[in-house]
Amino acid sequence: MSEKPAVTKGAPHTVIMEANQSDAEVFLLRLYVAGQTPKSLAAIANLKKICDQHLPGRSRTEVIDLLENPQRAREDQIVAIPTLIRVRPLPAHKIIGDLSNTERVLIALDLLARS
Amino acid sequence: MSKTTSKPRTKETVRPQLPKTPTGIRGFDEITGGGLPTGQSTLVCGGPGCGKTVFGIEFLVNGATQYDEPGVLISCQENTEELISNVASFGYDLADLIRRKKLLIDCVRVERSEIEEGGKYDLEGLFIRMGHAIDSIGAKRVVLDTIETLFSTLPNPPILRAELGRLFRWLKEKGVTAIITGERGETSVGSVGRLTRQGLEEYISDCVVHLDHRVTDQIASRRLRIVKYRGSEHGTNEYPFLIDEGGLIVLPITTPYLKDLVITNQCVSSGVPRLDALLGGKGYYKGSSVLVSGTAGTGKSSVAAHFVDATCRRGERAIYFTFEEPEAQIERDMRSIGIDLAQWVRKGLLQFQSTRPTTYGLEKHLLLMERAIEAFKPEVVTIDPLNSFLIGGNQIEVKGMLLRLVNFMKLKGITCLFTSLTSGGAPIERTDIAISSLIDTWALLRDTDYGGERNRTLYVLKSRGMPHSNQIREFLLTDKGIELRDVYVGAGGVLTGTARMNQEAIDQASQLLREQEMKRGLDELEGKRKILEAQIATMRGEFAVHELANKKVTDVQQAIELMAAEQRKKMAHARHADISSKPVSRRANPREST
Repeated sequence: MSEKPAVTKGAPHTVIMEANQSDAEVFLLRLYVAGQTPKSLAAIANLKKICDQHLPGRSRTEVIDLLENPQRAREDQIVAIPTLIRVRPLPAHKIIGDLSNTERVLIALDLLARS
Repeated sequence: MSKTTSKPRTKETVRPQLPKTPTGIRGFDEITGGGLPTGQSTLVCGGPGCGKTVFGIEFLVNGATQYDEPGVLISCQENTEELISNVASFGYDLADLIRRKKLLIDCVRVERSEIEEGGKYDLEGLFIRMGHAIDSIGAKRVVLDTIETLFSTLPNPPILRAELGRLFRWLKEKGVTAIITGERGETSVGSVGRLTRQGLEEYISDCVVHLDHRVTDQIASRRLRIVKYRGSEHGTNEYPFLIDEGGLIVLPITTPYLKDLVITNQCVSSGVPRLDALLGGKGYYKGSSVLVSGTAGTGKSSVAAHFVDATCRRGERAIYFTFEEPEAQIERDMRSIGIDLAQWVRKGLLQFQSTRPTTYGLEKHLLLMERAIEAFKPEVVTIDPLNSFLIGGNQIEVKGMLLRLVNFMKLKGITCLFTSLTSGGAPIERTDIAISSLIDTWALLRDTDYGGERNRTLYVLKSRGMPHSNQIREFLLTDKGIELRDVYVGAGGVLTGTARMNQEAIDQASQLLREQEMKRGLDELEGKRKILEAQIATMRGEFAVHELANKKVTDVQQAIELMAAEQRKKMAHARHADISSKPVSRRANPREST
């Protein structure tokens, strides 16, 4: 995926959760926001809730504020805000929106089978 | 026609001029009176392959290279490498502009399959990308190509619509001059009257440009139209445009103002002395347009060749555009009437340009001709024949094209001669009506069919500003070129060819006859005179004879009388008569004393 080189290049920013299990099982998630907007704050909160419930101790999340790192929007092909990228496990998935639709987020993260 | 740069009307003098940003696209800035609205967004829309992307890229490249305005291209369709290689064929070195920070390309790739919607979102990411791109090189120009692809990749169209509205407002606030491209919507159900699939024209109302790529009679042509331009006058016509190795060019590329045309009284010889004479003595006006029309085989090309030959003879340059015959054939044919065109080609004074009319569309022909003219800088241009273009377009298009071409050449002071084939059977001036108003001098060549032969005649149908002759001349093609002869005009009508010769012979014979008759009459009179003189001589002789006889009689009489007197005297003497008695004679004849 095109995002892969950016992962190694980009320094982690805000680390919400640290994984304490083996790397293979760890979900690497990256959330792109733009400042402290209601949508951004909602996305951060919603993501934290999902990780706590469905990925306890199995996820590592970076939050990237594009207002601080605008070049990352281009580098990582971000158009919509908020955008959540499941960097690992592969294949990468992109989920846009404030993550309020938990079911769809879980499906997109392959944590819930499509019905 | 574009009017913003021409003299303003009273109302407009109060209104400040709308600031405009030149696109640098040849022709476009003319018809918009200066370019796109500065600091506003312009929608450029049209079907696939209509040239939207090229339009946008040219706007950016010209901005960067000619107007020192860096630009940002947000492409939603191609990646940077593809773009760079695609436009390299137009001579644009995007990679160099990127290195020099005059251009920034950001390719937005959004894959539908990768995206899930997990709630409400906005396009702030795109805004940040664009803002960052604009700020990092100080861009004044932005092109968004094609933003509509977001609709097919991102969910929730209502959000997108709202965000697009916000995007265009945001662009305006940024103060950049932007081009947004949009794909034409399907012409079927639901989108009738829509310029773009997503109705972008609802958001962008300042300036809308529509591009069209259509195929008529197997010939593709491109058209551009300014659908609207708020606050500015603009040309409303469809203008042909081209995309070729020079990029995008909107025609006309010449200024449409008639006042700029140079008018001179200078004349150039047609190469045929008697044709010059017909035109008032000196030939065609320099910088005028000449049409030679006629039916097949009337000698149109020969008139053109004479003109070209005369031009090169003066050491001036000429271009001979031919659309039906190759150069070698024209050279051979003209050699048969004593014109050696090949020598001028060798001397670099004459250039032949031969193309098939169907090879390109009209505007491409026009452009190629203009390029050739600009490169060779001729004083004279010949297009032989003009009709070939009729294959490639309708009369309105041809007329439009010719108008531009004539305009272009007049601006450069080039004298142009067109030949035009009148199809047999059609009214002789019919096919040319469409262009006749563009023509300053129009010579008509005609066949006359009389007495079992065809002969050519020439007359000048019109010649603006010249005391041209209204006479028809017989037009002969000899091995020394064109000869114009007086035609026979008499009781038998206008006669040409052998009919003319015949009539002339008849005239000559009757003249001879008349002369002979007169001579005979004179001879007769002389004879009569001689007879009379002879008669007079005879009578004089007779008269002399009579006179002589008369004298003889008188003498005898006198002698007798004298003798009688003597006798009487003698008798009186004898009778002793008085001495005083008179003699008897009544006449005292003077001869008596002698």
